[in-house]
Amino acid sequence: MGNISLNKVSKTFGDVNVIPPLDLEIEDGEFVVFVGPSGCGKSTLLRLIAGLEDTTSGAIHIDGSDATSVPPAKRGLAMVFQSYALYPHMTVRKNIGFPLKMAGVDPAEANKKIENAASVLNLTDYMDRRPGQLSGGQRQRVAIGRAIVREPSAFLFDEPLSNLDAALRVNMRLEITELHQQLKTTMIYVTHDQVEAMTMADKIVVLHAGVIEQVGSPMELYQNPRNLFVAGFIGSPKMNFLTGKFAEPYKAKTIGIRPEHTDISTKSGDWKGTVGVAEHLGSDTFLYITIDGGDSFTVRADGELDINYGDTVYLTPRKDKVHRFDEDGLAL
Amino acid sequence: MATQHSRSAARFMMAPAVILLLGWMLVPLTMTLFFSFKKYLPLRGDSLANGLDWVGFDNYVRFVTSSSFWPSIYATLIIVGGVLIITVILGILLAILLDQPMWGQGVVRIFVIAPFFVMPTVSGLVWKNMFMDPVNGILAHLWRFFGAAPVEWLSQASMQSIILIVSWQWLPFATLILLTAIQSLDSEQLEAAEMDGAPVLKRFWYITLPHLSRAITIVILIQTIFLLSIFAEIFVTTAGAFGTKTLTYLIFQRVLESQNVGLGSAGGVYAIILANIVAIFLMRIVGKNLDA
Repeated sequence: MGNISLNKVSKTFGDVNVIPPLDLEIEDGEFVVFVGPSGCGKSTLLRLIAGLEDTTSGAIHIDGSDATSVPPAKRGLAMVFQSYALYPHMTVRKNIGFPLKMAGVDPAEANKKIENAASVLNLTDYMDRRPGQLSGGQRQRVAIGRAIVREPSAFLFDEPLSNLDAALRVNMRLEITELHQQLKTTMIYVTHDQVEAMTMADKIVVLHAGVIEQVGSPMELYQNPRNLFVAGFIGSPKMNFLTGKFAEPYKAKTIGIRPEHTDISTKSGDWKGTVGVAEHLGSDTFLYITIDGGDSFTVRADGELDINYGDTVYLTPRKDKVHRFDEDGLAL
Repeated sequence: MATQHSRSAARFMMAPAVILLLGWMLVPLTMTLFFSFKKYLPLRGDSLANGLDWVGFDNYVRFVTSSSFWPSIYATLIIVGGVLIITVILGILLAILLDQPMWGQGVVRIFVIAPFFVMPTVSGLVWKNMFMDPVNGILAHLWRFFGAAPVEWLSQASMQSIILIVSWQWLPFATLILLTAIQSLDSEQLEAAEMDGAPVLKRFWYITLPHLSRAITIVILIQTIFLLSIFAEIFVTTAGAFGTKTLTYLIFQRVLESQNVGLGSAGGVYAIILANIVAIFLMRIVGKNLDA
């Protein structure tokens, strides 16, 4: 079991209100991603759930019982830190076994659990090394191993991939997702990278300045963003926003069009523009276009499109994929 | 070749400093070695001008067989060991205390360092006259306040008193080094240990203490080298009486009080050997620690 519910939880540091009262339900076995720009309070929220920070007000329930004032060790949660927080003077085996040792688990049984975790994470060959002798990805796995052996009711990940290089990040992303499918344990994952959020999550929680902007599955957020912030944050390249005369025909203050929902032509279309930069990725071409009137617009087009700097192009948004927003930035 | 040119130029430029330093070390060392093989009692009329008698290893044998030799080694080890234990343990505790966020942290830290700036002679005298004096000392007043007979610190508990004075002087050094080490500990490691179910004392034992091990070794190494040669504190308090005669003090007595330069020099050579053994021993520990 690992359902967690936050009830009017808030956090202030001195005069700064980091998290205004907030409600959130996390179901058992879910992979929840907290995503938002840096400083949005997502790490603080995770630390509140972990118990490393005290809530200013509100209640946290884990498995149905009130855990608001329960110390972190007793909450049955395991955390993987951004810096991995491995114990540098202990071998991999001792690092993974540390929580078991603290819990007073019988050494023979502990050893079995350690070996088990090591084989799940492909660490068997490195058991007698110290963290200093491991690569970034291996350290990451040791940190996960230390979390697994405790058999927690939920895993908490605090930006675990941000210290890895791009290639390794994609790998570890897959490994963590696979691990979740194997263990079927609740996981809460904090990141500022919306790609990680989209690819890994069952449920994404978009945070902005401590406020939950929207909760939903990745596709829900992509297809029906509730407001301008979510619309701009989810999806890469970013959604294009246009106002004024472009929005008027749609009876909205602002319209949002995703780069992949725009048809481009060299002959005719709704809007005329000039190509600034064309990024040819092979599979796709990203075109940064300046529409007449000065607005910039990004288009994701076919990979083998032969359009280059300075070309004049015509853009036509797909009418059914246009997002409309009112004065307050809320979706219509 | 330009590099060869500049290299020999560099050697030439460095030569004065190297020669000065070498001379600084070699001249006294050779003189000590020279005197240690001679009978040299200035009060009995021996002098360099008249020529000194060569006595072989006589001085070395006499120094070791003297009844004061082993007690002096014992006193040295007790003082060094006692001060090391006190400064390291209290240093760790003080460092943890000073690492806590508190009001007036900066000022408190400066106060903690203060004893290190007091000259050994001065601190010895302050302790002797202001604290440990059996009639006027603060400690005597305190004892009398509670109705107890004042302790004659420097004669009844001479060794403990010396250890106390020297520890007071070296505690700031240990605290300072250990404090910087504690501050370099990643707070996420402590949080991870907390999540892993380690209570405060276990976090200290399994995380903080191993993190400090390198700093502790360095404190022990540096302090040992300096503590082997403490002199002023003993000179101004007990003057070597009541079992506080260390090796350094014994050498001083042989040369200046007994006016036996040869015998004292032999003792000096022993001290050099002892210090080097300790240094090599400690260097290896540190080296091993620094590798990890």
